[in-house]
Amino acid sequence: MISITSIINIALRALIANLMRSLLAVLGIIIGVGAVITMLAIGTGAREKISSQISTLGSNLVLILPGATTQGGIRMGAGTQQTLTILDAEAISKECSYVMAVAPVISGTAQVVFGNQNWSTAVLGTTPQMITVRDWEVVSGRFLTEQDIRSGTKVAVIGQTVAEKLFGELDPVGKLIRIKKIPFEVIGVLGRKGQSLTGQDQDDIIYVPLTTAQRTLYGNILPGRVRLIYAKAESLQSIPQATEQIKSLLRQRHRIAQGQEDDFTVMDLTQMLKTAEESAKTMSVLLGAIASVSLIVGGIGIMNIMLVSVTERTREIGIRMAVGAKPKDIRIQFLIEAIFLTTVGGVFGLFLGIIASFIVTSLMQWPATISILSVFVAFGFSASVGILFGFYPAYKASMLNPIDALRYE
Amino acid sequence: MSLIRLENVTKIYKFGEREVVAINNISLKIDRGEFVCIMGPSGSGKSTFMNIVGCLDVPTRGKYFLEEMDVSRMDRDELAEIRNKKIGFVFQQFNLLSRATALENVELPLIYAGWSLKERRQKAVQALSWVGLEQKANHYPRQLSGGEQQRVAIARALVNSPSIILADEPTGNLDSKASMEIMKIFKRLNEDQQLTTIIVTHESDIAAFGRRQISFLDGKIISDIMT
Repeated sequence: MISITSIINIALRALIANLMRSLLAVLGIIIGVGAVITMLAIGTGAREKISSQISTLGSNLVLILPGATTQGGIRMGAGTQQTLTILDAEAISKECSYVMAVAPVISGTAQVVFGNQNWSTAVLGTTPQMITVRDWEVVSGRFLTEQDIRSGTKVAVIGQTVAEKLFGELDPVGKLIRIKKIPFEVIGVLGRKGQSLTGQDQDDIIYVPLTTAQRTLYGNILPGRVRLIYAKAESLQSIPQATEQIKSLLRQRHRIAQGQEDDFTVMDLTQMLKTAEESAKTMSVLLGAIASVSLIVGGIGIMNIMLVSVTERTREIGIRMAVGAKPKDIRIQFLIEAIFLTTVGGVFGLFLGIIASFIVTSLMQWPATISILSVFVAFGFSASVGILFGFYPAYKASMLNPIDALRYE
Repeated sequence: MSLIRLENVTKIYKFGEREVVAINNISLKIDRGEFVCIMGPSGSGKSTFMNIVGCLDVPTRGKYFLEEMDVSRMDRDELAEIRNKKIGFVFQQFNLLSRATALENVELPLIYAGWSLKERRQKAVQALSWVGLEQKANHYPRQLSGGEQQRVAIARALVNSPSIILADEPTGNLDSKASMEIMKIFKRLNEDQQLTTIIVTHESDIAAFGRRQISFLDGKIISDIMT
């Protein structure tokens, strides 16, 4: 039996003898494997990004948005009507057993001034529960308290971005800022959260007591109405039950008859997660299609070049058979050559994939993570293509008649 | 016991509807240590005879015994093994691998016999020394003269200690000086190592080296003389 090192040695020589041709032949494999690697990197990266963002938003989060209004038959979309009230939020907190914490929000944008610095940011009125709902930590000072809500004190808790823009190196706690020209005392600074799923800076935010926001900042809003309500379910598993409880409670409170549409929307993050995964999947499917097409085309390229090689080397095959090579030996020799070719293509493809992933990351702001799995996939795919498309040429070579092969000019 | 025994061997090639009888009902014995020259015009069946004796082909009818083994019914794998262990071929075109050195060419049969690299090197160098080419072990075929290339081919034929050397027009591509050198090597191997040698030629001065001359015509043996 012929040794494997001898076969590899023979294969290596044959390929080096036709270096340019060999490289052109594996181009398809390079592109195919590159696409597979990029596809995997984007898939993994997207999943990692989504899960990390979900955790920054707050775990087990359920969002309650006001419903769509219908004005003269034209439906205006979610949030166009202010159907949610502070009392709704309190009722959810009291009556829904699967809900752990509730925080209503009144939101708006305001110009904020400290000293000679000013910054436009989201100023949200909310309750102390918000910190629990969103799993946020206060890195300096304190968050809003029930006392602040009751008295409607002019205090503010600011996010990292706001802290940087207004205070730079200074410690904001205890300083006075002006929101819509009204002085507020900064009582706390929140920890960093980073970008949200939709790419918003979650740290560009100021929280003030709900009551203060209603009375002082957004006086034009109908009293008692809120922009949205955050609720936190007890666990990931209880999100569906919590959603159900909230829905039936709100239908009851809003006196919605059977068969009528809800005047609110309950969204949980599993839905947002699905949406995000959907777009990552679309990208992956697209690249997967490119990958499979180029792997097939690449494989045909390999088969073609191997068939040429077998024809060119007919005499060599005859000589080998004359000195005692069995059909099996010839078959293995050409199969190894094909696998060797595709594996070299796989290595180049791996590098191409890594480069492409970096480009995707930097140009499209889409995270791409190269995993060890990718490396195995690259070699797995390229070797399989080699075996699949190298088999026929190798078989053809092994079936040559030694007498004809020796006579071949 | 004969080394080679052919019993009523016939080989018929089919080209579509047309049948060509290449050798017709030949019976023949060759003993160990003989030096046989095969003569005859082209198309007389001598190449077919060599292919069958060399286990590159099997007879259509009749039996071929090599060392009392019935080769005529063997499959491709078994024939390959016989070629590897029992037969050394020398061709008119030398048939060396151009991308391999002289030494690597000589090693080739040993690769398929499964010898280790170290053993292969040792045996190949020894075989090259028998033909006086150990100094050119690392030369490629294109760097060697025709005579030298044929000597490398002889070393390759010898390296796995075969029972028979089969040479098909070994001097056909060589000048007369190189031809004589090659024939002297065959003669020396036959005399020193009792190596059975069968040479196909159409030159009578080459045939004169043989101690037995067999002539073919139209697929039949027309004369078989000891000299």
